[in-house]
Amino acid sequence: MASRNTIVAHVEDRPGVLARVASLFRRRGFNIESLTVGHCEEPGLSRMTIVVDGDDHQVDQVCRQLFKLIDVVSVQDITYAPMVDRELALIKVSASNFNRREVLDMVEMFRADVVDVDADALIVQVLGDEGKVDAAVKMFEQFGILEMVRTGRVAMVRGTETTKPPAISDSQQAAAAIRAMLGRRPEGALPFASD
Amino acid sequence: MRLTGARILMECLRAEGVEVFFGYPGGVVLPLYNTLGEYPDIKHVLVRHEQAAAHAADGYARVAGRTGVCLATSGPGATNLVTGITTAYMDSVPMVVLTGNVARDLIGRDGFQEADITGITLPITKHNYLLMRASEIAPAVKEAFHIASTGRKGPVLVDIPKDVFIEEAEWDGYPQGVSLRGYPIMDVPREEEVARAAETINAAKRPIVIAGHGVVQSEAQHELVEFAERSDTPVLTTLLGISGMPEDHELSYGFLGMHGHFYANMAADRADVVIGIGMRFDDRAMGRFSDFNPTAKIVHIDIDPAEIGKNFKTHAPVNGDVKETLSRLLPQIDRNSHPEWRSEIDEIMAQHPTDYIEEGTGLGGPWLVRALAEATNGEATIVTGVGQHQMWGAQYYPYTKARQWVTSGGLGTMGYEVPAAMGAQFAQQEPIWSICGDGGFQMTSQELQTVAEHNLPVRFAIFNNGFLGMVRQWQELFYANNYHSVDLGQPDFVKLAEAYGIRGVRATTRAEAMQVFRDLEGYDGPVVIDFQLEREENVWPMVPAGAALSETIESAEDL
Ligand SMILES: Cc1ncc(C[n+]2csc(CCOP(=O)(O)OP(=O)(O)O)c2C)c(N)n1
Ligand SMILES: [Mg+2]
Repeated sequence: MASRNTIVAHVEDRPGVLARVASLFRRRGFNIESLTVGHCEEPGLSRMTIVVDGDDHQVDQVCRQLFKLIDVVSVQDITYAPMVDRELALIKVSASNFNRREVLDMVEMFRADVVDVDADALIVQVLGDEGKVDAAVKMFEQFGILEMVRTGRVAMVRGTETTKPPAISDSQQAAAAIRAMLGRRPEGALPFASD
Repeated sequence: MRLTGARILMECLRAEGVEVFFGYPGGVVLPLYNTLGEYPDIKHVLVRHEQAAAHAADGYARVAGRTGVCLATSGPGATNLVTGITTAYMDSVPMVVLTGNVARDLIGRDGFQEADITGITLPITKHNYLLMRASEIAPAVKEAFHIASTGRKGPVLVDIPKDVFIEEAEWDGYPQGVSLRGYPIMDVPREEEVARAAETINAAKRPIVIAGHGVVQSEAQHELVEFAERSDTPVLTTLLGISGMPEDHELSYGFLGMHGHFYANMAADRADVVIGIGMRFDDRAMGRFSDFNPTAKIVHIDIDPAEIGKNFKTHAPVNGDVKETLSRLLPQIDRNSHPEWRSEIDEIMAQHPTDYIEEGTGLGGPWLVRALAEATNGEATIVTGVGQHQMWGAQYYPYTKARQWVTSGGLGTMGYEVPAAMGAQFAQQEPIWSICGDGGFQMTSQELQTVAEHNLPVRFAIFNNGFLGMVRQWQELFYANNYHSVDLGQPDFVKLAEAYGIRGVRATTRAEAMQVFRDLEGYDGPVVIDFQLEREENVWPMVPAGAALSETIESAEDL
């Protein structure tokens, strides 16, 4: 039972949509670990990757409540799907003539990049899944981290399967697609069966 | 044709068939009021406080079965609507709320009477709009009515800046349809879900239905009765489900919950299959969640997929409209009979009837509701406030027709009784009976002026116990009789009515009350009746806060 869950939502690209999502999370007491939003393959839609804490039941509620927002076109919980997930971190590491070599070795080890150089500091860009970024941050701490920023997680299901929302045309079809997406938890299509 | 935003809005209301709406003017909606005269077929009712406009639209919607409409100006006008919008939201009442806002170039600058009403109402509306061009009005209003009245119904707010009312845009008729990709209609349930529900129900030995507001809203009373008869399943309702099941039916066992019938609570607690229909397993209905009938299998039919599994693990979830689902479920339901189960409930009912009517001549709440039921043949539409009078109204009036019972269940809004009854009266000819608390009545009595102006035949029956009765009951039972801030002073309600030019009468005994009922027959104006009740009567039975349904108590001795 994962406590960190990855949800992908497609939302109409309209003013206020982020506030609606945020308001929902606040009101229902859901815990957002991270939320990233940006463009996707379809103009007019934005794609959110939301990482939430909670058990299966809570995550299912998050998905169902999210879907009720009119501007939310689709919601999928991909926690249990095979997926690629990435985060990016920019880490400003203090680095002088005395230790720059060591810092650069560490950069090498994490297959990270140096994106800015100064006499007393470097900005290191780390790209990877959460675990890798965590590890990198930990290792750079020994040199002294002056500043750090991490994006939230972005994620995509592997293979040909997509999280793309159903097309608009047929409401019945859309309803069916949405229902199939909701509750896609290990128990199968009927969530919360008590036996 | 080019029309101003104000005219476009009115054309939209006309196209929606809006016959009445409730509002209050102010600076930024003046361009709209300037056009109202051109639309005499759409009656604008000027209320005396915007909260009342929202409650009136809500009361109208519940009785008419149509979308209610209200209107307020920016800033304080809009914020005064908030209680009314929340009340409608909690009870899934279809409503379109129109507000004006400051001109576009002033938005975000804290100008005079600016309030971020779309921000404020994010968590209390099904959806809302801030329109920045006149050309957006027609599609947005079309969407607003569509969203408010389909799926799980609810309030939708449309906020329009002053200069958008004035701006012109092309009007080529009301949009035919909507295109809302994130809002598919989910009325039709999945076959496998219906099949699983049928299987569970057919195998039940001690089934019980708990019918909610969804039955009333999807107008599925007939299907519910057929379902109950075919499967021989006793039917309970939630507080808001009242009138969804005709209470004169032999399978009707009234409502359950905190002040529900003892036998209803026991039946829910002892069933082997609990079939929730158009309801949301709310804590006031179910008691302490962790101890509600742990062995029951739950079948849950609801239009809102987010309600399914929210509070209880569900054995057979069915996401669909109640009427649509029941008609698909019916052919798969075996004709069944459960004589032992029913006689078990009948026995509990015989031993624990809800019949707390005391001997004597004074006015008790239960006696008065029964007398009202007799005087109105059980056919009146009842609107209530919140408190003891509300619970007596739920317990002792025999509701048989859908939409006969109107109450604020989810939010429990005192003060609802006056404006909601006023709004409801625009939906029917027959007098509305408003069962009022003396506390609640004082919250919104300014609307007597509106009632008088429109000569609405509402009967405001004030259940005057001189107390915030329900709070007093809790202080008596759970705070060792330590009454604080519940002994409520009040004006002379008869004189108050008369000050508004409304007939006011008073009754202090049963004989006087009967006389009042007789006197009012055929009277077609508004009436305020000051029924002076015994002051310290309690509502029984009761599930103490945080207790389980199985712990329902029938008197203070059970505590
Ligand atoms: C707006 C609002 N404020 C406070 C409450 C809390 N409350 C619930 S019942 C009640 C007392 C109601 O008194 P009254 O209207 O006289 O009805 P009674 O219980 O005496 O029948 C109060 C204060 C509420 N439900 N709504
Ligand atoms: Mg009172």
